[in-house]
Amino acid sequence: MICQECGNKPAALHFTKIVNGEKTEFHLCESCAREKGDSIPGAPNGFSIHNLLSGILEFEPSMGQNVKQQKKVIRCENCGLTYSQFRKIGRFGCSSCYNHFSDPLNPLLKRVHGNSVHVGKIPKISGGKIKYKRQIKDLKKELQSKIDLEEFEEAAKLRDEIRSLEQKISEA
Amino acid sequence: MKGEGADSDIVISSRIRLARNLTHYPFPMLSTNQQSEEVLEKVSDVVHDEDLKMISNFERIPLSEINSLESKVLVEKHLISPNLAEESRNGAVILSENESISIMINEEDHIRIQCLFPGFQINEAWELANHIDDIFEAKLNYAFDEKKGYLTSCPTNVGTGIRASVMLHLPALVLTQQINRILTAVSQVGLAVRGLYGEGSESLGNLFQISNQITLGQSEPEIIHNLYSVVKQIIEHERTARAKMLSESKTFLLDRVNRSYGILSYAQIMDSKEAAQRLSDVRLGIDLGLISNVSANVLNELMIMTQPGFLQQYASKKLSSDERDVLRAEMIRERIKK
Repeated sequence: MICQECGNKPAALHFTKIVNGEKTEFHLCESCAREKGDSIPGAPNGFSIHNLLSGILEFEPSMGQNVKQQKKVIRCENCGLTYSQFRKIGRFGCSSCYNHFSDPLNPLLKRVHGNSVHVGKIPKISGGKIKYKRQIKDLKKELQSKIDLEEFEEAAKLRDEIRSLEQKISEA
Repeated sequence: MKGEGADSDIVISSRIRLARNLTHYPFPMLSTNQQSEEVLEKVSDVVHDEDLKMISNFERIPLSEINSLESKVLVEKHLISPNLAEESRNGAVILSENESISIMINEEDHIRIQCLFPGFQINEAWELANHIDDIFEAKLNYAFDEKKGYLTSCPTNVGTGIRASVMLHLPALVLTQQINRILTAVSQVGLAVRGLYGEGSESLGNLFQISNQITLGQSEPEIIHNLYSVVKQIIEHERTARAKMLSESKTFLLDRVNRSYGILSYAQIMDSKEAAQRLSDVRLGIDLGLISNVSANVLNELMIMTQPGFLQQYASKKLSSDERDVLRAEMIRERIKK
């Protein structure tokens, strides 16, 4: 496959993004990929996933306009990193950046992962409440389907289960 | 690493990496010297945990206490990242006795738990990494968000923080020129393909690393299952291509494999690119039963031992590129003829 930027060299880097089920692909040779991303000072080759990511951020004109239109500098109040700095280096300064940048971040996460909500592992200790909440959400779905099927005995069991979990949350 | 594990004729290794961070500390990129030192201490303390000791004895190696050659060897053995070796402040690695578990501290994230198994054992690697993660989590407060999952320095890791990858040796798919079609298909199902030495590098010795790209919105078992089933299919394609070559062009194959074996046995100068290609040919010969006097383990060892850092450690001094080519040839000759 040939690089879609220079149309010359073989593509070394293949990047697929999926937005709402719509797939877009980039096929770039290494030198074009490098040009697309700003190099990080001090990085050995000036080329990494972060460069690529910031390159993708630059690809998105709508993204840039949105940020410009707001005219306000978005800054993480905890570590001081600005959103435009994040766009350059492709890395966050601290975990609070996720909150402070949440408006522009959610569409970005959707672009990178096709999704913006975590469904995987929850830490056992710090994630106690979250675990119950997720269980309740799943049980409620199940409850609705039992009601739809008019299986009321089963539904009653699920309702009790939900109540006991809600009790656990309020006690935690 | 010995060539054991399922499908070890094609799958060299299986790896799981989990990225984790502590709450209340900036990520390593922005942390002060004191903060990164505190992170190092807190994470290092877990080494004394009884549950962790049940798994293996662990050794903690601060990067500041080893020289650049020693850290290069750790990179070539895939035990630490080049990033940790070159750039980290207060970086360290916690290594299990058999080196299948390595826990990096203060790399791009505060903690990176890595389990590396020979052959196709991605599920086993995940179970172990998950268990180690539980042990760490019982002692440390992880940065975690209900909606975003495990919060990581780079948004490409957020959510599960998992990177599951499998290293494949695919000479027959390369020789029969099917590789690009297959790799393009792989990249379309949310998986990434890389050459041997990670980002941006070309494939050396027909080795390809396939890993998940998506970390948010899929559970760990879903991510691993997706990778597993795609790799299973690639293994079948490679086996079919090998069988077809063996039945339709055995003489060509025998010539190629034996020619490479001959060169490896007698060459006096060998650069790393040629070594990788020749070793790949011989490895294929062993897997197909065309060469029987060398073991796959020797080949696996040589693939790592012929890297620049390893050679220099072996020689106990810095070597020029020409000197390395001579030593590489000598090392291969000695081991392959045994």
